Amino acid sequence: MPSQEVLNWLRTRFFPHIWCPGCGHGIIMHALLRALVDLGKKKEETVIASGIGCSSRMPGYIDACTLHTTHGRSLAFATGVKLANPELTVIDVMGDGDCTAIGGNHFIHACRRNIDITAIVMNNNIYGMTGGQASPTTPVGAYATTAPYGVLDVPFDICKLAAGAGASYVARATVAHPLLIEKYVRNAVSKKGFAVVEVVTHCHTQFGRKNKRPRPIDNINFFKDNSVMNNKASNMTLEELQGKIVIGEFVNIELPEYIEQYKNLIEEVGGNRG
Amino acid sequence: MPKVEFWQGNTAVVMGAIAAGCRFFGGYPITPSSEIAEIMAAELPKVGGKFIQMEDEIASIASVIGASIAGLKAMTATSGPGFSLKQENIGFAYMTEVPVVVINVMRGGPSTGLPTKVSQQDVMQARWGTHGDHETIALAPASVQECYELTIEAFNLSERFRQPVILLSDEVVGHMREKIVIPEKGSYHIVDRKRPKEDPEKFVPYKPDPEDDIPPMASFGDGYRWHVTGLTHNQWGFPTNDPDIAEEKILRLMRKVRRFKGEIVKYDTYEVEDAEILVVAYGSVSRTALSAVREARSRGMRVGFFRPITLWPFPDDELRGLLGGVKSVLVPELNCGQMILEVERVVGGKARVFGKGLVNGELFRPSEIFDFIKEVA
Repeated sequence: MPSQEVLNWLRTRFFPHIWCPGCGHGIIMHALLRALVDLGKKKEETVIASGIGCSSRMPGYIDACTLHTTHGRSLAFATGVKLANPELTVIDVMGDGDCTAIGGNHFIHACRRNIDITAIVMNNNIYGMTGGQASPTTPVGAYATTAPYGVLDVPFDICKLAAGAGASYVARATVAHPLLIEKYVRNAVSKKGFAVVEVVTHCHTQFGRKNKRPRPIDNINFFKDNSVMNNKASNMTLEELQGKIVIGEFVNIELPEYIEQYKNLIEEVGGNRG
Repeated sequence: MPKVEFWQGNTAVVMGAIAAGCRFFGGYPITPSSEIAEIMAAELPKVGGKFIQMEDEIASIASVIGASIAGLKAMTATSGPGFSLKQENIGFAYMTEVPVVVINVMRGGPSTGLPTKVSQQDVMQARWGTHGDHETIALAPASVQECYELTIEAFNLSERFRQPVILLSDEVVGHMREKIVIPEKGSYHIVDRKRPKEDPEKFVPYKPDPEDDIPPMASFGDGYRWHVTGLTHNQWGFPTNDPDIAEEKILRLMRKVRRFKGEIVKYDTYEVEDAEILVVAYGSVSRTALSAVREARSRGMRVGFFRPITLWPFPDDELRGLLGGVKSVLVPELNCGQMILEVERVVGGKARVFGKGLVNGELFRPSEIFDFIKEVA
């Protein structure tokens, strides 16, 4: 059961939620709320933004300042919110299609700009809400409604993408590791800069049924059996890493943050006096 | 003493916006509107405002909507292709009732078209560019002075009605330099969005004020918590498929503008009292049209001039009231016939309506419109 502090962050009157029984998104929402409670965040000073998709319905259930935007564009909306009011804690929750397909451009530029926003990417390797179409993270050979003969194109590694594009903090966990999600989200929200937490989750309804993991527990077991911490992975060969999910913190560095730079600019041109 | 400047229209848009209280601009480079972003980049930080060059046109309107939800008056500027790219998020702002100002400095289209040349081909894109029903408010400046004043007006209308307002400028108006008298602070009206007064725990974010059908708007960060979604939503901002609630939401979006149409519409006239021929023109074309009308009057022809300043809502009652003795209505515009459809609707067969389109990237010469008048007379 969630603690009373966590329940206090939920809009329970809008329940039941839209997620299928056994969906991983609830595990992620719970970890996010535990992290926010732990950090002592205030609901009226916390913004949860999202785009479109199952995962993007999460903000509706959270009793904060919540912004459910258009498909793929939530980071651009969140950028406007954060720049307009830097005092707000801004968290953007996205799915893999939302973040890396239609929103890919916004994602890499948010990383590059290093604006103080936390992105939580719920990667279930599929477009769940629209009926199980292949996404940019569907593995090669996996089946989807738009890949009835198996996916041909190579998936993104979201963490490598974020690291390459310049994010200050990049980590990955799976829904089989809820305490790790909570820890990484806490670190990400505390980081002054753009932080990315990829959470590998499942859509047993749309992905699992077609790919021999039809029950939620099949997926949790799959994640447990195939996750490798990055310190261990660094000593493994490419063959050994085949099919594995490398989890852990990949980037945790201090970089100039965009809004701090802009505040300095305002001061330089005398805008803080008006 | 009021200050006098010699500015281009795009400069006047920026200065008007800042005078209106704009403190956020999200932009992306596109001809012929780029000066607006460039001047904003220089001017906004001087007043403590925020400028950001986003990664694309879609992101720039998204950032502007986000900034407005966080409490700042915010705008973006673009031209034809960029205006097309922004349409989905403009629809989001209609649905979520977020005030934003969008400047479209019209150029020739479709597609990349004539980036450096004037057109008026986006009249209907401004009205129907985004999907779904909504009421559009779009203003068309015809001078540098109006670029300043109508940008202030665009912010005022946007704040009052909680929806996007489009400034339909064009390449000629945007780039032409002429004298402008800067109105003194306090000489013009500034409207700020209505804020909720109730306790945050009792706040119902989309509960309309029965006075005007417009709900007061809280900002993220000012103590209120609320949900914003582009999905059809109930008074708490939460998604619903309830047919009655869905219908009332859309009807209210229409009603909140239609109720106050008489206060929104703006237009200009010249020598309409005894006119038998009426020339209807807007934006840059209205300048050459007025020149031609003056020439015709000097030759004793009974020609009048009507200039819609709000293209949307179209000043239909106002035009209808001038049609008494009018036998012919002439509509020159830099497209193949967009605003003429509104004029024909208003005239309703009571006079002959003639259109004259120009889509070669040039502006009409006064003599061309004068010849047009002579053909009809």
